[in-house]
Amino acid sequence: MAEILVLVDHVDGAVRKTTTELLTLARRAGEPAAVFLGSGIDAARETLGRFGATKVYVADAPELNDYLVAPAAEVLAQIAAQANPAAVLVPSTPDGKEIAARLAVKLESGLITDAVDVAADLTTTQSAFAGGYTVNARVTHGTPIITVKPNSATPEPAETSPAEENVSVSVSDAATKAKVVDRAARQATGRPELTEAAIVVSGGRGTGGDFSAVESLADALGAAVGASRAAVDSGWYPHSHQVGQTGQTVSPQLYIAAGISGAIQHRAGMQTSKTIVAIDKDPEAPIFAMADFGVVGDLHTVLPQATEEITKRKG
Amino acid sequence: MKIVALVKHVPDAAADRTFNEADHTTDRTNVDGILSELDEYAVEAALKIAESGDAEVVALTMGPDAALDAVKRALQMGADSGAHVADDALHGSDAVATSAVLAAAIQKIGDVDLILTGMASTDGGMSVVPAMLAERLGLAHVGFVGELNVEAGSVRARRDADVTETVEAALPAIVSVTDQINEPRYPSFKGIMAAKKKPVETWSLADLGVDAGTVGLAAAWTTVETVTKRPERTQGEIVTDEGDGGAKLVEFLAGQKFV
Ligand SMILES: Cc1cc2nc3c(=O)[nH]c(=O)nc-3n(C[C@H](O)[C@H](O)[C@H](O)COP(=O)(O)OP(=O)(O)OC[C@H]3O[C@@H](n4cnc5c(N)ncnc54)[C@H](O)[C@@H]3O)c2cc1C
Repeated sequence: MAEILVLVDHVDGAVRKTTTELLTLARRAGEPAAVFLGSGIDAARETLGRFGATKVYVADAPELNDYLVAPAAEVLAQIAAQANPAAVLVPSTPDGKEIAARLAVKLESGLITDAVDVAADLTTTQSAFAGGYTVNARVTHGTPIITVKPNSATPEPAETSPAEENVSVSVSDAATKAKVVDRAARQATGRPELTEAAIVVSGGRGTGGDFSAVESLADALGAAVGASRAAVDSGWYPHSHQVGQTGQTVSPQLYIAAGISGAIQHRAGMQTSKTIVAIDKDPEAPIFAMADFGVVGDLHTVLPQATEEITKRKG
Repeated sequence: MKIVALVKHVPDAAADRTFNEADHTTDRTNVDGILSELDEYAVEAALKIAESGDAEVVALTMGPDAALDAVKRALQMGADSGAHVADDALHGSDAVATSAVLAAAIQKIGDVDLILTGMASTDGGMSVVPAMLAERLGLAHVGFVGELNVEAGSVRARRDADVTETVEAALPAIVSVTDQINEPRYPSFKGIMAAKKKPVETWSLADLGVDAGTVGLAAAWTTVETVTKRPERTQGEIVTDEGDGGAKLVEFLAGQKFV
């Protein structure tokens, strides 16, 4: 069986959940082979094996850290040229998409982005036009390169002890033109990651700038916190939490929108959520048209009552 | 300094967007087209740089005849000239082919110092053409830029991607910007009148030296097999808070096993 390369998404070796999802999808189509770029393999090895990586390619060099994506794309292309995989799966993150784009040109291969499913024959499923359409597509030329969104599969363990191959890195001058001079640490909020969470509670302009009721409900439900662009633009919540066309796309089991009217650009980021709940004081707010359950009322009284009720039920 | 702003003509997201039944390409005739909103931020960023120094701004698009409207809008906002790659052979081109055509057009424009693009188109939304262009032209690319400074032959940018980064690159470079970077201007009446006299070049694939057999639907490296309209979400129960809204909400959540 041919290898399916999976680019590992990690922070200093802490493997993100999307990687275990990609390994699970890769197993349908071939032998999952993880590509681990950067430092921290000692922390990652166990997880990669547990989710079925039969092989791990490891490459580390300062250039991978010091420059934007281009060196990573070069190394991935080197590995692909040697491994001749049946496909390359890359997480649909900003970095992942830019790596995949460069890889498609390097390998003269077709590229599909933002897949939410990958079948055994490498047919993909994705959403189009703000979630209004479902599209099935296939790469017809070269090595299929597919970027896959978080929450696209349930990670299934499949214990292996992967063979490890160290790849020597040589990075060209062309790949070292965009230098990272500063990189903020990922903020630990103590809550689940927005794109990975099973439940998301989001606040909008209707919060009036006070997100405490949104955060308390999120914590009672073990949820991540999201925000509309109006809330982000007002400086009430960090941009990294924005849900929508120019923020994150989320597809949780449950999405709760509080004080968010439901503009098309917001819907683009949450339309495919399984269950949608809305709280808004305007009964005409468009968000209600797509809600499975809605409360017309003031979020500053409805949310705290809900939080209290949940805490009570949990005993 | 010469800046190229890439502009895409897309079906208006506020309208009912759909696909052509015959070949699954985006329907660009039955839905009103506009300049992709996210490209307005790129045009605005280009104009800001031009205003604070000596720079010329060229708006470049590729697409059918109607795509010229995207260039016109950029000219009305204040770009100096336009270029439109139009060729029947382009219909159905994938991102890889699009990047090859745009790279050829940028080389034809010549002596370009900075290429500005939106972070994604509002129709296909792949976010990959800028990085592909960088790969083809051998240039630096900084994507997802929320703050940009251009000085003394280099760019310094805040990149809002997986984490926030500060990035430096020498010109020439490609920068794609987010909606955090500025507030795009509306064309003024004066701008609209002035745009009518601004030069726009129209190029065919032959003008760019691109083989028509390498672009279009037949040469695409991906194929769409099926397109299905997702059923409209239906409205569920909506209650009005009468002092028990929170409790009713939790009842619903418990019924769905979320609590
Ligand atoms: C290019 C572009 C990209 C965009 N990208 C995004 C994006 O990624 N994400 C995004 O969200 N938006 C995006 N937008 C903006 C979008 O068009 C809307 O402006 C935005 O989503 C509105 O945010 P909102 O719903 O919080 O605010 P509003 O539309 O003002 O809605 C606020 C709601 O809160 C309700 N409310 C007020 N007070 C209370 C209260 N006390 N209790 C309960 N309800 C209350 C009101 O009735 C109203 O329905 C984008 C726009 C453009 C042009």
